[in-house]
Amino acid sequence: MALGMARVMGGITEMVIGLAHYLTVGAILLVLGVFGIFLNRKNVIVILMSVELILLSVNLNFVAFSAWLDDLTGQVFAMFVLTVAAAEAAIGLAIVVIYFRNRGSIEVEDISTLKG
Amino acid sequence: MIWTLALPELALAVSGLIILAAGVIPKQDTFFPVSMACVGALLLAAVLVLGQGEGTALGGHYVADAFSNFMKVLAIGAAAVGILLSLDFNEKEGLARFEFPVLMLFATLGMMVMISANDLLALYLGLELLSLPLYVIAAFNRDSSRSAEAGLKYFVLGALASGLLLYGSSLVYGFAGTTNFDRLGEAFAEPHGISAGVIVGIVFVITGLAFKVSAVPFHMWTPDVYEGAPTPVTAFFASAPKVAAIALLARVLLGPFGDLVAQWQQVILLVSIGSMILGAFAAIGQRNLKRLMAYSSIGHVGYALMGLAVGSDIGLRGLLIYMAIYVFMNLGTFAVLVAMRRQGRAVEGVDDLAGLGRTDPVMAMWMAVFMFSMAGIPPLAGFFGKLYVFLAAVQGGFWTLAVVGVLTSVISAYYYLRIVKVMYFDAPIGSLDRAPASLTVVMAGTGLFTLLFALWPAPMLAAAQAAATALLG
Repeated sequence: MALGMARVMGGITEMVIGLAHYLTVGAILLVLGVFGIFLNRKNVIVILMSVELILLSVNLNFVAFSAWLDDLTGQVFAMFVLTVAAAEAAIGLAIVVIYFRNRGSIEVEDISTLKG
Repeated sequence: MIWTLALPELALAVSGLIILAAGVIPKQDTFFPVSMACVGALLLAAVLVLGQGEGTALGGHYVADAFSNFMKVLAIGAAAVGILLSLDFNEKEGLARFEFPVLMLFATLGMMVMISANDLLALYLGLELLSLPLYVIAAFNRDSSRSAEAGLKYFVLGALASGLLLYGSSLVYGFAGTTNFDRLGEAFAEPHGISAGVIVGIVFVITGLAFKVSAVPFHMWTPDVYEGAPTPVTAFFASAPKVAAIALLARVLLGPFGDLVAQWQQVILLVSIGSMILGAFAAIGQRNLKRLMAYSSIGHVGYALMGLAVGSDIGLRGLLIYMAIYVFMNLGTFAVLVAMRRQGRAVEGVDDLAGLGRTDPVMAMWMAVFMFSMAGIPPLAGFFGKLYVFLAAVQGGFWTLAVVGVLTSVISAYYYLRIVKVMYFDAPIGSLDRAPASLTVVMAGTGLFTLLFALWPAPMLAAAQAAATALLG
C-alpha cells in the first residue's frame, strides 16, 4: 500500500504518487467548492461551477479508492456521478435562466427577496 | 437476480413514461387527465407494494421488507394527495401544465428507490431522482420571481447537500471497501474495521441527509423555499420527500452503521434538540402561513429524529408513527392553505384567516383540528405521535431530549393556538372564496384521521412495530 512515499533511486529522489496525494487533492477541491458557494458574492454561475468542483472531488476520491482497493465499484459509481452531474447542471442552468428573465440580474446579493 | 421484487418501481417508471408520451401528443390541454392518470399510477404502485415479497434484488442494491413497505405506502399516499391539492390551484394560477404531475410521479419514484436502497449507489441515484424534479417544481411558476428564487435557492443548497453526501459515500467506500449496506454492516460489526475515515464519511452522509429533511443546522433553505414555491408544491415538499428522507436516514444509520451507534448518536441528539428549539422559537414572529409551516416542519423533524436518537426498537416505532401522523395533519393544514383565496387571489397571511370561524365554519373547524393536533393536544393524533417518541426517549434514559421536547411543544403551542384565536375571535376582513371539492375531500379525510386516530390506533401501531422489527432484525 503505497500511501505516497519518497524513494531514492540512483541518487535521484523519486516521488510515488499514492492514495494520500489523491485524497488530499480531493479534499482541497471539496473545500474550494464549499467556499466557492458560501464566500461568493458575485454571480450564480460561479456557484454552479463550485458545485461541479465538489462533484469532481468526489469522482477523484472514488477513482483513487477504486484503484487502491482494486475494486471496480468505485469507477462504476464515478460514471453514475458524472451522468447525474450533467442532468443537475442542465436543471441548474435552466433555473438560472428563468431567474434572470424575472429579475434581469444573477448577482448573488440580489437573491434576497424572501426572508424574515 | 429477482427483478420482479422491484415491480412497484418498474411499474411506476414505465407508467410515468407512457403518461408523459400520452400527455404531450394531444393538441389540447391535458393537465387534468394526466393528473388523474398519475394518481392512478401511484395507486397501482401502492397496491403492488402491499403485495410485494421480501428480500434483496438487483445485485443487492434493492431491498424490500416491512419497513420499506410502510414508508413507501406513506410516501405514495402523500404524493397522490399532493397531486390532488394541485388540481384546482394550478388551474387558477395558470400553472396547469401536464408536466407538473409527471414530475411529481418521478419524484415519488425517486422516493421509492431511496426507501428501498441497499447500497450507497442506489441511495444516491434515488436521492437525485427525487431532488431533480423537486428543483423544477419549486420554480414551476416561472413568471414569478419568488418562485424562481425559491427554485434557485433549493437547487444550490440541494446540490451542495448531494455533494457532501457523495463525499461521505466515497470515504465510506474507500475505508470500508464496499458500498453494499449488508457488507458494510458486516465490516463494522468487528471493532477493528472502523477507521477515522469511516467516521468522517458517516458525518458527511448525515450532513447530506439532514439537509434533505431540513434539520438544524442545515435548515436555512427551508423557510425561503417553502414561502416562494407555489403552495401545492410546498405541501408536497413538507410531506412525501420528508418521509422518504427520514426513512433513508433511519435505514442508513440503523442498518449498515447500526454497530456504530455510539459514533452517530450524539450528532442526531444535537440535531434533534436544535430542530425542536428552532422550530418552536423561529415560528413565533411569522406572519406568513407558509413560512410558519416551514418552521413548524423543522420542529416536527426534530421530534421525529428524537426517536432515531434513542436508537432502539421502540424509538424507531415512535419515529414511524410520528411521521405517519405528521403527514396526515400536514397535508390537511396545507389543504386549507391551498384553499385560501379572496376574490380569486391566493392569500397566505395569518391575518387573512381572521373571522374564518364565522365566514366558513367547516374549513375553520378542520384548521382548528389540525392546529390542536400539531400542538399535541389530546385526544388528537398529534398527541399520540409525540407520546410515542417521548415514551421512547424516557425509556432509553434520554431525559434531556424528553424535557426539551415537552418544553418546545408548549412554546410552539403558542403560534398554533394563535391561528385558532385569529380564526374564531378576530373580526372578519371579508370572507374567503368557497373551497373547491377536491380540497374539501382532502381536508375531511385527513381531518377525520386526525380526530379519530385515538379510537383505532392498533392497525398503525402493529404496522409500525412490524416495520421497526424488520429494520432492526
